[in-house]
Amino acid sequence: MSWLSDATLLHLCRVADWPDLTGTRYDCVDKIGQGGMGAVFLARDRELDRQVALKVLSAAPDDADAKARMVAEARLTARLEHPGIVPVHDAGVLPDGRFYYAMKLVRGKRLDEQVSRTTALAERLQPFQKMCDAVAFAHAHGIVHRDLKPQNVMVGPFGEVLVLDWGAAREIGPRADAAVVGTPGYMAPEQATANVAVVDARADVYAVGGILYFLLTGRPPAYGPGAVLARPRQFDRAIPRPLEAICLKALAPDPGRRYADVADLAADVADFLARRRVRAYPEKPFEVVLRLATTYRTVLTLLLAYLLIRILLLVFFRS
Amino acid sequence: MDHDTDLGGPAAAFPATRCTLVRAAGSADPAVRRQAAETLIAAYWKPVYKYIRVKWRSHNEDAKDLTQAFFAVAVEKGFFDPFDPAKARFRTFVRLCVDGFVANERRANTRLKRGGGGELLSLDFAAVEGELRRQESAAGADPDDFFRQEWVRELFAAAVDDLRRQCAGSGKELHFKLFERYDLDGPDAAEKLSYASLAEEFGLPQTQVTNYLAFARRLFRRLVLERLRTTTGSEDEFRDEVWRLFGGDVR
Repeated sequence: MSWLSDATLLHLCRVADWPDLTGTRYDCVDKIGQGGMGAVFLARDRELDRQVALKVLSAAPDDADAKARMVAEARLTARLEHPGIVPVHDAGVLPDGRFYYAMKLVRGKRLDEQVSRTTALAERLQPFQKMCDAVAFAHAHGIVHRDLKPQNVMVGPFGEVLVLDWGAAREIGPRADAAVVGTPGYMAPEQATANVAVVDARADVYAVGGILYFLLTGRPPAYGPGAVLARPRQFDRAIPRPLEAICLKALAPDPGRRYADVADLAADVADFLARRRVRAYPEKPFEVVLRLATTYRTVLTLLLAYLLIRILLLVFFRS
Repeated sequence: MDHDTDLGGPAAAFPATRCTLVRAAGSADPAVRRQAAETLIAAYWKPVYKYIRVKWRSHNEDAKDLTQAFFAVAVEKGFFDPFDPAKARFRTFVRLCVDGFVANERRANTRLKRGGGGELLSLDFAAVEGELRRQESAAGADPDDFFRQEWVRELFAAAVDDLRRQCAGSGKELHFKLFERYDLDGPDAAEKLSYASLAEEFGLPQTQVTNYLAFARRLFRRLVLERLRTTTGSEDEFRDEVWRLFGGDVR
């Protein structure tokens, strides 16, 4: 009987699960992920000589429901042609009957790995804004993601941002077959309860608020029965109040009190970054003055310098 | 194939119903009981021996006696009869039985000749000693992890032998050679093999190499699952083991 080393055992565990790609244009290179519905493999496209990611259904080929869900996921993702959404190249059926689709191989780091508390705030908000653009695009096309979280956002080496895993996405509108999907902490209350059938874009607003909360505090929002959401400034007093207000408005338990969609939320964040007034935060008069002073600091400095010089000149000539 | 371990014939000869082996080990029919016991011994004797050697720090002679005696007494006294799949996986149950048996033996300070005296089973302990010397994962491992690793090693080694036989029987020796070169020898090679270098070495187009490898891997997986079915205690345990081994569902 053959003796197998630990390295061989590990290798066999990996390759025995590789899909049979006979008859396709792909060669399997490695397994790079495993989700609830399918496994993701790194593969080489022989025709175009490039690497792609292949998502292959994990369930048995005769599981019609699982197959239908994955076909829907592939079609929906393919419909959303946006630089922030991973493009689908191809789809098909393997010799063993399992459905697969090929997509762009996303390189980079997940948002939760890419940012840390030491990263400058503006730098943390840059991928966030790009992510919001992609989600807003999906909303404009009537699609809600339903599982947004830092782990599903990839940041590339050149600053490109891609929203991944549209497996839970669906068209906005009431549905009879609605099921509870999402990740605790980022899942809107209505998404986790009996109101699941009426989930709309505001559920994604909640999740995006959760991601902002994570970017500000380094932790997901509290969840579960009786959980009280701590204000981000409780963890870090340096977090600007307007940004905290944007985050808390997005995380409002009542969907009616949140932003209507992610584009609205992103606009408020853009206003904050441009030192404009944000809608989520009613400023006090001195805060308005302080903000304007900060915004027009250069002009004010020049003006003050000019006045000072005029006064000095006046004093000099009089004396 | 080392026939020392081929105690009851190939596992494939056992009735192909799901997860029946463990139940059959407790059957009232002595013939069924014996065949089931032989298949279980074939799957577990090496992990048990290595486990006793490494985790109980037994001398090899003592470990040989304990392994022989454990299986002899297990068959005679029905150690596996109380197994309840709702409480533990069969592999863990076997390990706990070994722990209990070795502890009792040591307490009683009895050594030889358990099970009525004489060697009941013909097991190639010398080969296993050789394996133990080559293994890097023995020291410091968690007992359950170590036992599982050895059980997986035995399961895969048996499936590799099945694969070799099936490929030879169906004129697919080249499929097995590629599998052997890339998937069995490759991970230990100093230089990483590529499909392109394998294609050059065997004088085949690269697509043929990948297709042949895909065939061999698929068949290997099926053979592992067939063996796994017979040595797990329930359908749930079987599916759980498949997830742990391959990270995917049963296909």
